[in-house]
Amino acid sequence: MWLYFLSMHPGKTQVSGFQTGRPARQRPEAGTTAPLRWLSGFVPGAWFGDAWGVSTETLNSAAELRAFLHGLPGVDRVGAEERAARLATRSIKTTAKAAAIDLAISMVDLTTLEGADTPGKVRALCAKAAHPDPADASVPKVAAVCVYPDMVDVAVRSLDGTGIGVASVATAFPSGRAPMEAKLADTRAAVAAGAAEIDMVIDRGAFLAGDYAKVFDEIVAVKDACGDAHLKVILETGELATYDNVRRASWLAMRAGADFIKTSTGKVSPAATLPVTLVMLEAVRDYRAATGRQVGVKPAGGIRTTKDAIKYLVLVNETAGPDWLTPEWFRLGASSVLNDLLMQRRKLATGVYSGPDYFTLD
Amino acid sequence: MVFEYAPAPESRAVVDIRASYGLFVNGEFTEGHGEPFKSVNPADESVLADIARADESDVDRAVRAARTAFDKVWGPMPGRERAKYLYRIARLVQERSRELAVLESIDNGKPIRESRDVDVPLVAAWFFYYAGWADKLGHAGFGPDPKPVGVAGQVIPWNFPLLMLAWKIAPALACGNTVVLKPAETTPLTALLFADICRQAELPPGVVNIVTGAGETGRALVAHEGIDKVAFTGSTEVGRQIARTLAGTGRKLTLELGGKAANIVYEDAALDQAVEGIVNGIFFNQGHVCCAGSRLLVQESVAGEVLERLKARMATLRVGDPLDKNTDIGAINSAAQLARIEELSQAGEREGADRWSPPCELPSQGFWFAPTIFTGVAQSHRIAREEIFGPVLSVLTFRTPDEAVTKANNTPYGLSAGIWTEKGSRILWTAQRLRAGVVWANTFNKFDPASPFGGYKESGFGREGGRHGLEAYLNA
Repeated sequence: MWLYFLSMHPGKTQVSGFQTGRPARQRPEAGTTAPLRWLSGFVPGAWFGDAWGVSTETLNSAAELRAFLHGLPGVDRVGAEERAARLATRSIKTTAKAAAIDLAISMVDLTTLEGADTPGKVRALCAKAAHPDPADASVPKVAAVCVYPDMVDVAVRSLDGTGIGVASVATAFPSGRAPMEAKLADTRAAVAAGAAEIDMVIDRGAFLAGDYAKVFDEIVAVKDACGDAHLKVILETGELATYDNVRRASWLAMRAGADFIKTSTGKVSPAATLPVTLVMLEAVRDYRAATGRQVGVKPAGGIRTTKDAIKYLVLVNETAGPDWLTPEWFRLGASSVLNDLLMQRRKLATGVYSGPDYFTLD
Repeated sequence: MVFEYAPAPESRAVVDIRASYGLFVNGEFTEGHGEPFKSVNPADESVLADIARADESDVDRAVRAARTAFDKVWGPMPGRERAKYLYRIARLVQERSRELAVLESIDNGKPIRESRDVDVPLVAAWFFYYAGWADKLGHAGFGPDPKPVGVAGQVIPWNFPLLMLAWKIAPALACGNTVVLKPAETTPLTALLFADICRQAELPPGVVNIVTGAGETGRALVAHEGIDKVAFTGSTEVGRQIARTLAGTGRKLTLELGGKAANIVYEDAALDQAVEGIVNGIFFNQGHVCCAGSRLLVQESVAGEVLERLKARMATLRVGDPLDKNTDIGAINSAAQLARIEELSQAGEREGADRWSPPCELPSQGFWFAPTIFTGVAQSHRIAREEIFGPVLSVLTFRTPDEAVTKANNTPYGLSAGIWTEKGSRILWTAQRLRAGVVWANTFNKFDPASPFGGYKESGFGREGGRHGLEAYLNA
């Protein structure tokens, strides 16, 4: 097996050379799944990338990365969509629904990504994030607020003391069509302003052209620029088009050091879908089984109702498993879903629906 | 976080189960002359209703009613008029779908998700499809003006009570035949509800007759001299008896019998979807499926990986109350079937195969069997050769495509098979060599009224479904 063979010869040529001072990847934390468990041929990547605390330099060439990604098992479109649709028929009622709603609220990355964003708009969103329902203190706060880099400063000050992190999109979001220096500057500026999480976009053009090494190197470079900030890698699955591509891009991003893989920018249709998220959840599950490192998943865009949100939670529960059912490992990139969650929450508690004017619009 | 799904039971209020049911003969419910029997809910062993038992005189009455209806009303009726009744039945099935689904799950033990999303929609689809043929029989390839056969005697099994009824009745009626149908003794209730739908649709009396009872009622029906055509779905053993009974009589016969389908997973398959397909292949309807993918043939190079994923997936299967909307695997249909599954599973262990089930708590009342796989199974083991008809999968391995095909075909049965590979040419190469009536590629247990279904060898003969399914009901 070529993968095994190559793993015996570390330290060959790097994928490409523009990035220097590349940090070694962290070893998988103790206590996660034993990396050896499924190594019997399950995931070839076990010997590569950030697995085993080996630095990415063990990736020998662009050709090998390409061969690895193309060697992943395919995704059958009909089967994947059928599975997602079937899980969507799960009936979540009463106590399960109440627990799911609170969990979903705590996983929301409350987002505003508009050209018309102002400090006032961002401050309002931050207030909402800390107290989603001013009438009910038992409502959990959301996971993070997600803004453009130039609004990070405002958001950080507004959220001071709430424990809510600020996530910033970066790397010339949403298209990613900018010189590498600009993308890195974008990232560093956001981190310097206090962003705890960076949502970068991959170069879909390079990915579709088969230049996986370029995509890989960019993620590594941005990860480096992130410092301690967590890196979410946006695949923009609506532009990758096939589930095979989604799986390949997921593995590519994870091996390049992503802490999270995220479906979409929200600017391209389709944004997050259940089958796409299913494929990504399978990827993080397999990746952890192979390497011991857990990577989070964030569907973003198009999640508008409580029903939608609960479908995603069921998908997580029955695909990656309960280990991912925390805000640390699963996020919902959305904004309008929050009020629907609040409305359903109050309906469950009181038995009656409150009108939309009983929930704040920020 | 542990995400527990709260119970989500479908309401039983939608069905009204009567204390006792008669036979449906000539458009009316009548008494039977045999000793009534009981239909039991397999999920908790509670008695659902007393069911009339048809003896020979009752069968004779039903056959004569069917003959009269054939001679006087249904046979002479133009196809476009028959079609109206069939469309009406299809729509009524849709309108009463919830009632039918709940009743099917109560009487059979199958999960409501399947009766709601698979059985009942397919029943409606079957009637819609054959309604469309009723006035186009001259274009079906059986001559310019093919004639109906006459009275059809139909005996159906308990695994898909209502769907098998639709498979039998819809083409028969579309072609201008009348029918006497015997549902299985453990699952008669939806057939009797269907009788009510026939009345609601104002189907002329005698066109559909339903006689309930056990084996002797079935024997009386298939041996009756007034029957022109027999259609049977069930065990190979009973199929043989029927074939002997009908030999030399000149009456038409189609048999859809057992199976031991191979589900072949090549190393280049889309593994996550293949695992789903394996699960759907064997655990759909508790494995009470004649075309179930009960033999997994997996290429050795990916066997470990596939099994690992399969076991992880099986651990998420939810076994329990058939009426809970989140249940994946319901109850075994009867004590007798449970005993057979247990017997064969024990034989599997004795013969040296490794048995595995995910941890799962089974209800104390009712008939239950945990989803089970056997690994290290050889072709010579009983669990690789005999139809278990339960949620039990035998896992075998192969090294080359030739070996896969050889092993797949090395069975007395030949009803269905599955192929999993991302390579189109390999699908075609394999499918051409498999001796099975239905071959699924990258999917399993998919049914459509336009697609013919039937077996090779001991799985029977004749085809049901599609244009081909008309042939059995026409004097072509």
